Amino acid sequence: MTAGNGAYRVVGTRPVRHDGVDKVTGRARYGVDANMPGMVWGKVLRSPHARARIRGIDTSRAEAAGQVLAVVTGDDFPDPGAGEAEANESGMQSLRYMAERVIARGRVTYEGQVIAAVAAASVHEAEEAISLIDVDYEVLPPVLDVRESMQDDAPVILDDLHTETGGVFDDNPSNIAKHFIFEEGDVEAGYAAADLVMERSYSTAMVHQGYIEPHNALAYWNQDGHLIVESSSQGHFGIRDELATMLEHPKSKIRVLPAEIGGGFGGKTTVYLEPLAAVLSRKIGRPVKMTMNRTEVLIGTGPAPGAFMTVKMGVTNEGKITAVNVDLAFEAGGYPGSAVSAGCLCCIGPFDIENFRVDGYDVVVNKPKSHAYRAPGAPQAEFAVDALIDEICEELDMDPLEFRRLNASKEGDLRVDGTRFHPIGNIETIDAAVATDHWQSELGESTGTKRRGRGVASGYWLNGGGKSSAVARLNGDGTVTLLEGSMDIGGTRTSIAMQLAEFLGIPIEDVDPIVPDTDSIAFTGVTGGSRVTYATGWAAIEAAEDLKDQMVEGLADYWDVPAESISFDAGVFSQNGTSLNFTEAAAALQEDGLEVVGKATASPNAAGNTFAIHIADVEVDTETGKVDVLRYTALQDAGTAIYPPYVEGQMEGGVAQGVGWALNEEYVYSPDGRMLNASFLDYRMPTSLDLPMIETVIVEVPNPGHPYGVRGVGEVPIVPPLAAMANAISNAIGVRIRDLPASPREVQAAVANSA
Amino acid sequence: MRAIQYAAPSTVEDAVAILAEHGSDARMLAGGTDLIVQVREDARDTGVFVDAKKIPELMELSVNADGSTTLGAAVPCHQLYNDAHFTATYPAVTDAARIIGSTGIQGRASVGGNLCNSGPAGDTIPPLIVHSAVCNIAGPDGERTVAVEDFCTAPGRNVLADGELLVSLTLPKPPAGSGSHYLRFIPRNEMDIAVVGAGAWLQLDGETITAARTGLGAVAPTPLFVQAAGDALVGMTADEDAFAVAADIARDAASPIDDMRGTIAHRKQLSYVLTQRALRGAKARAQGGSPTNGH
Ligand SMILES: Cc1cc2nc3c(=O)[nH]c(=O)nc-3n(C[C@H](O)[C@H](O)[C@H](O)COP(=O)(O)OP(=O)(O)OC[C@H]3O[C@@H](n4cnc5c(N)ncnc54)[C@H](O)[C@@H]3O)c2cc1C
Repeated sequence: MTAGNGAYRVVGTRPVRHDGVDKVTGRARYGVDANMPGMVWGKVLRSPHARARIRGIDTSRAEAAGQVLAVVTGDDFPDPGAGEAEANESGMQSLRYMAERVIARGRVTYEGQVIAAVAAASVHEAEEAISLIDVDYEVLPPVLDVRESMQDDAPVILDDLHTETGGVFDDNPSNIAKHFIFEEGDVEAGYAAADLVMERSYSTAMVHQGYIEPHNALAYWNQDGHLIVESSSQGHFGIRDELATMLEHPKSKIRVLPAEIGGGFGGKTTVYLEPLAAVLSRKIGRPVKMTMNRTEVLIGTGPAPGAFMTVKMGVTNEGKITAVNVDLAFEAGGYPGSAVSAGCLCCIGPFDIENFRVDGYDVVVNKPKSHAYRAPGAPQAEFAVDALIDEICEELDMDPLEFRRLNASKEGDLRVDGTRFHPIGNIETIDAAVATDHWQSELGESTGTKRRGRGVASGYWLNGGGKSSAVARLNGDGTVTLLEGSMDIGGTRTSIAMQLAEFLGIPIEDVDPIVPDTDSIAFTGVTGGSRVTYATGWAAIEAAEDLKDQMVEGLADYWDVPAESISFDAGVFSQNGTSLNFTEAAAALQEDGLEVVGKATASPNAAGNTFAIHIADVEVDTETGKVDVLRYTALQDAGTAIYPPYVEGQMEGGVAQGVGWALNEEYVYSPDGRMLNASFLDYRMPTSLDLPMIETVIVEVPNPGHPYGVRGVGEVPIVPPLAAMANAISNAIGVRIRDLPASPREVQAAVANSA
Repeated sequence: MRAIQYAAPSTVEDAVAILAEHGSDARMLAGGTDLIVQVREDARDTGVFVDAKKIPELMELSVNADGSTTLGAAVPCHQLYNDAHFTATYPAVTDAARIIGSTGIQGRASVGGNLCNSGPAGDTIPPLIVHSAVCNIAGPDGERTVAVEDFCTAPGRNVLADGELLVSLTLPKPPAGSGSHYLRFIPRNEMDIAVVGAGAWLQLDGETITAARTGLGAVAPTPLFVQAAGDALVGMTADEDAFAVAADIARDAASPIDDMRGTIAHRKQLSYVLTQRALRGAKARAQGGSPTNGH
């Protein structure tokens, strides 16, 4: 396949999105819109305790209640055994832990863990019924903080968990599930060569993705043993495969239907309700629908880990980094598997450092089992590094963008995993930041108790590739129906269709992209890791090429010439002076009775790494601690922006979420491990009035590992805001903010303590 | 949630009769923006909903012969800030009406409901206190009146006995040369609950304060009337020194708790700052201007 020459017809334009009309008219089908005749409702009983042994569950009162159709507990599921399975975006996971996260077996490791599920004719009856289940708990004191959990004398949360370091397991059970070590060069020699060595500790709170749409599932069984599931997820193949594993049911007998999704951000890459609905449905022979409310979403799904981090860095007086140590301890939640390894791989990505050691600890605590959240692990880890760099720049009296440019990683430099960077757009992004009106303009006066500050931060994210499938069917009128396997988040249907249209030289309006169910297309990986526009786009291009080749074959018959004599350019087929445009060719082939279906499953693995720089101006009311964001500019290297508004949308969304992470979002716990703010009143995400108009600058350094130069774009924009905000606030008040969120009470206390 | 009954009486008498019959199982329903949410979240168990909105006295907003205003208990917030006379006369109350929830919520939420919900952070309560509002209560034993500052007794509790309802509030006509302001602190810019709220009312003779009242929300089990702060201001020149004196008293009067919405230290600090700012705003309005500082 040839790389694009950069002169595109469709790529880079701003057409009307295919899903737009259905979404704005309310016609689009989300998971919760799925209904079936004879359907009943399921609800779950959740543990009120953060840590407990379950001595017994007595369901007899619930089962005897007239309106109750079925009650299930962990005993109704296959024993998970001791094996491991691939978990979406989270690497390998113990089957037992995955199973317990769906429904408890004998122990509770976080408040909100599912204990039992019931089905009844109405939601209200199901809710009533769960109050009739009697659970005998032996309540144990919870461990809620990562530092506390790592102490030698901390209570052991999972007695079958042993620390793994480089494939070797400790003999004694521990709350530290895994210790990652990445090391290159000679750190001590680096410090010896430094003029300044600084070490600081930082922390961030557990936060939730905050998607608008709560989880949902509808499950039913056909008489032939086929299980059909409808749910809103980031990947129906992943849901199918996890169901197959947990229910010990063949994948070929599970069909998962797609749905529009009201946000996922990584949190919908795994099953929660689906297995429960499936087992309830099997028990009673009727379709079972389940939904969560917001409190269930907050306490019962997979937020991002809280973190405690220490960074030590050596620099020369000229600002060159000589060595760094990064220590990351992440709260995995009630079962292992935080994003700390990705945090390790990303934390120093923007910087060219020859001597480094990065230690990552995956630590269980009695909080919800964390799951992927947009650039999993990177926002926390890069916050620590970028905040320390800001302190160093202050100490050296050096411009923070100049510091970043001096130390910027570039093609050929070492990455944390020991490999070297491919062509990347780090320096280009920094240069673009320097050139922005925002960076070039004055911050404006601080007046009285309103202090202004500016902060910058870098962002780096790996981006993913992997398997994706597409099928392109030619219609007689010259349009193409495109089936592609990626659940559409952020408008990916259109971005994928645009790549197909580009290849075929047809207008984007002539492509109709559809996401079919798991039986109707080949395997496609999860919509996550910023992989869809890259990998599924690649599959669409290959499918388009297949379609074009078949058209050439068909036209060879039609014209009665050898296929090799036919050329194809910009949607026009030509041979020996005659030509047919795409529509004419389609009509001719249909007349000949030919059905043309191009297909491809691609598994590209050269997703380009991506970089971002954010600039934030804030005003802090030193009397109240309130932080207002005055101006915010986000820049990132998108490779090639297939559909620029989507890239801008991703950048704006990442900023909004990252600013929330920095300012107010946090899981607040009582000492006995109950979440005190499990609603959107007290779990404070930013509203539209809390953010300025976000300025975006797309930098385009094409990825040589994709025909049109695509890099992933969806994740990196959530990385810089934590440090950009913390640095801006610190700059405003003259006191360093090292613990997030920088909520008003913390900022005001910092001001008061410094006075 | 269980099955419920809904009643829509058209007279105060009928409402009292229904409330008396069902005792604590019955509750008045004004805008429902507290009640329905609480029932759905299982925070309150209510079997009989008695709709306030069909009773004329509860929907009344009128100026009386003596210049005072009768504000029906179920009048929604939007009606207040769309009423030029009310807004000009009781600006602190409309300050609160404008910030409760969102435009949608303000279409339903009432001042009476805010008061009867009796939350320590209810935004309209400090403004009602500084405007010396009085509750007109009806019940099986007839009618009675209670000053707003004496109405709430604990978080979610008030002086209403079973069978009693709030019919309306009477707001006395403010004297010439007076002004009021209410503001609150929230971590975000909308859709939030007050960490602290402060209201102030001042009467000026030239630059001299002749009467003053201040109130605080969210710093005690009930909204507070900080009488000492107002008393201290009387006779003083309305300047920053005077406001600092009153703000100090307000800070001392606050007895907040530590919770996820605010620490004791932060709430004490905010009691000071917001009282100071509310007084500045009240002064500006007393002099025909408008408050300049935000929250
Ligand atoms: C999204 C949202 C945002 C909100 N934001 C704010 C905010 O910013 N500030 C704030 O203070 N509040 C806020 N609230 C809470 C609520 O909107 C207010 O307290 C509102 O003023 C309540 O009025 P209502 O008419 O809806 O009361 P209802 O819910 O109808 O009633 C509230 C309580 O008062 C009782 N009651 C009502 N009328 C009478 C009567 N005549 N006699 C006796 N008892 C009566 C009811 O039985 C109930 O217990 C918010 C609520 C929501 C849902």
